[in-house]
Amino acid sequence: MISFIQSEVVSGQKWMTESEFTDIVAISQMTPGPIGINAATYCGYTSVVNDPSMIESFGDTPMMLGFMGVLGAIIATASVIWLPFIVMILISKIILRYKNHIITTSIFETLRPAVVGLLVSASLCLLTDINIDNIGNLLKIEDNFGISIDNFGSAEKSPIGFALSIAIFLIVLVGTKRFKWGMIYSLLACAAIGILAFGVLGL
Amino acid sequence: MSINKELYVTFLKIGGFTLGGGMAMLPVMEKEVVDKNRWIGKRDFLDIVAVSQATPGIFAVDMASHIGYKINGIRGAIAASLGTITPSLVIILAIAICFTTIKDNYWVEAAFKGLRPAVVALITLPMFTMGRNAGIGKWRAGVVWPLLLTVISAVLIWLFGVSPAWIIIGAATLGVIRAVVKSSKK
Repeated sequence: MISFIQSEVVSGQKWMTESEFTDIVAISQMTPGPIGINAATYCGYTSVVNDPSMIESFGDTPMMLGFMGVLGAIIATASVIWLPFIVMILISKIILRYKNHIITTSIFETLRPAVVGLLVSASLCLLTDINIDNIGNLLKIEDNFGISIDNFGSAEKSPIGFALSIAIFLIVLVGTKRFKWGMIYSLLACAAIGILAFGVLGL
Repeated sequence: MSINKELYVTFLKIGGFTLGGGMAMLPVMEKEVVDKNRWIGKRDFLDIVAVSQATPGIFAVDMASHIGYKINGIRGAIAASLGTITPSLVIILAIAICFTTIKDNYWVEAAFKGLRPAVVALITLPMFTMGRNAGIGKWRAGVVWPLLLTVISAVLIWLFGVSPAWIIIGAATLGVIRAVVKSSKK
């Protein structure tokens, strides 16, 4: 999804520069909500505000330019949604109608385990830095124990920070699974721990 | 509260409190839609995940429109989808308008270092409950294929970088073959 947006918006239409696009990805990832929607909204706003003809027409009144940007954001977001939305409604209709047909039930019976596999792979990808290209290197177990540096930090650079990240992972996992902690409170607490440990103490 | 309003508010919550995109939304969505509101069953939820993965578009919006449609037709689908995108729209616009340098902020980065492992933990959670509903536990009774299918799809995506869409298409094809074989046996 992200690479597709990039090829259209940066290389194709030249609405923004490469580094502006990287900013969008970073911001989309650190704000709540679906990343595709975040990126579309941000692209819509930025490309309108950057556009020379828009600046020419509305440059004197920043309010008006900003309003046009908001309009651009809404148009971009609506465009990314409407087609899949219609496809999804049609599919829902078909599935609801043929719910008890032998082929439908059989398809879903095989789909369910595959989807669980998908979820397993999603968490493994986030948890580890292992893939088929570096599996030979990993047998040495040098590279951060195979744990993702992006999500857990580097064990070499900051052993305490790395240990803390692993601890947060395990505590949230067990706390939510066994003790039914609210996810929103867990996330708020972890943000606070992050600010304290990595910001104030500089781990 | 009317059902549409309820759908909108629920998906607003889901969209507003999940960092890291579609997969991170699943645990919150499961909790709100299946456990709390009991709009749909666990197995149906899993089926919707499968369909949303296989269809084009943004995963979270696909999920919202499908769940919304199931509960209250097209109106429900619109309410749920709008709820999902509202927080993004508002927050991203605020950031785009006010300050574009948030990503370089020292404190934001520190908070994120604490958040990332927690998000990974939350993403790991649904596979336990969903695994149960997918019949993986049946391997104890000698039905091994669901477990096998899970392991194979996980490894293909994780280690070999196969696109999830192919896995879904492949599994669906297997399902069709299975149905044909089954009915021809009868």
